[in-house]
Amino acid sequence: MTDQTPILQVEDIFLSFGGVHALREVSFAVRPGELFSIIGPNGAGKTSMLNCISGRYQPNKGSIAFKGQKIIGMKPNARCNLGIGRTFQNLALFNHMTVLDNIMVGRHHLMKNNFLTGPFYWFSGARKEELRHRREVEDIIDFLEISHIRKEVAGTLSYGLRKRVELARAVALRPDLILLDEPMAGMNLEEKEDMARYIIDLNEEWGMTVIMIEHDMGVVMDISHRVMVLDFGRKIAEGLPEDVMANEQVKTAYLGVGIDNDDEPETELSAEVG
Amino acid sequence: MASAHSRMRCGEFRTTYQADMTIFPTPLARRTAVGSVLLLLAAPAVLDSYLLNLLIQIGYYGIAALGLNIVVGFTGQISLGHAAFFGFGAFASAWLNGTTGIPVFFTIPLAGAMTMAVGLIVGIPAGRIKGLYLAIATLASQYILEDFFARAEWFTGGSAGAMANPFTLFGYEFFTDQTYFYVVLFYVVVMYLGGANLMRTRDGRAFVAVRDHYLSAEIMGINLTKYRILSFGISSFYAGVGGALFGHYLGFVSAEGFTLLLSIQFIGMVIIGGLGSVMGAMMGTVFMVLLPEVMEFGVHLVGSNNTALTQALAYIKEMAIGLAIILFLIFEPDGLAHRWRMIKNYWKLYPFSY
Repeated sequence: MTDQTPILQVEDIFLSFGGVHALREVSFAVRPGELFSIIGPNGAGKTSMLNCISGRYQPNKGSIAFKGQKIIGMKPNARCNLGIGRTFQNLALFNHMTVLDNIMVGRHHLMKNNFLTGPFYWFSGARKEELRHRREVEDIIDFLEISHIRKEVAGTLSYGLRKRVELARAVALRPDLILLDEPMAGMNLEEKEDMARYIIDLNEEWGMTVIMIEHDMGVVMDISHRVMVLDFGRKIAEGLPEDVMANEQVKTAYLGVGIDNDDEPETELSAEVG
Repeated sequence: MASAHSRMRCGEFRTTYQADMTIFPTPLARRTAVGSVLLLLAAPAVLDSYLLNLLIQIGYYGIAALGLNIVVGFTGQISLGHAAFFGFGAFASAWLNGTTGIPVFFTIPLAGAMTMAVGLIVGIPAGRIKGLYLAIATLASQYILEDFFARAEWFTGGSAGAMANPFTLFGYEFFTDQTYFYVVLFYVVVMYLGGANLMRTRDGRAFVAVRDHYLSAEIMGINLTKYRILSFGISSFYAGVGGALFGHYLGFVSAEGFTLLLSIQFIGMVIIGGLGSVMGAMMGTVFMVLLPEVMEFGVHLVGSNNTALTQALAYIKEMAIGLAIILFLIFEPDGLAHRWRMIKNYWKLYPFSY
């Protein structure tokens, strides 16, 4: 975190769908090794922001630089090769593949065997390569504690496990920057605690820079290094978790206009945010 | 103290990743597969020409069906022009061998490569369109190629058709059913092993990823356009090899044999066998090739002197295929391969099926 040159530099992003302005003049920078959270009410543009970074949406204006390289206009698969990985808010696993194959797909851009060498598995070195990557994948499986389901078909798993497999698949990409879209949505307390631990480990031990969208304020405030708040497509606050929580504009965004003058909502806010 | 060997193993345990990544899930499955190939080696000695002919048909159609399964079952794209690729392979091999004199042994894979080139071109729309629109685009390629067969006299002999020389190796001609059977068996084994290997390595996984969730496949670094088109290419390679084997077996390739109906039959094979299963393609082919024969057998059994029934035989065969596809779609949409897995799982845990 001491390194001040940003790994991701987002400048004046403007994204609209017809008349709907999803993002307006959003700028922020994420430093290497940081655990950066994006919060905001529903429809604030958080996922749109991630989609702009991962390449699903092309913003109308603005620039995004990853490791100093402009990535606007690049296809998602090219951004993946640069070192950006992500998970999805609504599960996006390959439902008919086993958990193991799902995670092995994450190794795609790191592998070399192809349709010419693959069929000659035993003679072309494809087996050696597959084995090497299998070992790497097994490390990830161990780390995320999903070894008992590695041969299960992904579509048959429970929600919490699928979320974890999705994280495993994104980790298998070995990205420098990992984008997590609501990694804890729909989980119970225990699963949330596990997930928080994995995210901290990814950040601290695996050295990945994390951008996370999350609605559970307790988790966000506990594990984030910095937080950005979006509301109606605009950035309304950015900074340390405690500063953001004390921000008047943020309170307004979450509780609605005009209430913030009363005394009463203060306690409501701390109940929801704290 | 009992040695480790004297203890009975109560299951299939793997101790290395390599052992966990084999084509055949258990040693028994591998031995069964090797055993059946060995058994087939003896087939020409014991079976008559009629049955051998059926086995050879199953062989070349089976190779083409695996190709279609790669594009339809594994990559999730529809192709209604598979018969045209099959035909192109047949003409290409006959033409290559006839004009350049390259031995048939080499022209078969070369015809596959030529068909692959055509498939890659025809597959270009697949990079952009999906579903019904792609179905229409491939339907167009079916008719374009059919028209090409009828008109390109330099390549196909036009409406007169093309002669295909018999398969030769070191001066030995594989002219009879008994000998040609081995040629087909060789190609089936090579192509199916190749297909199974492809599907457990990087590009095979990419195909399935594109099928299951193309948006997240792209995020995982998979180039969608490349794999959608490549899938057509590989599928056409299989069709081309199957077609070449077909051409050299009959010795004569006619432009009329590769109609939309055959394309539909290929689709029937992969649906009945099981979409997205390598062995399913073979099971579906066996089913589709044998079904009309069984129908014929049944008709003769019921009343060989019933003229109305024997006259209706052609219709009964066609209807049986249609009926089989409908019944499979309703009762076993995952195909024979799935049913086979269910049976295996049942016996694995028998008698305690929980």
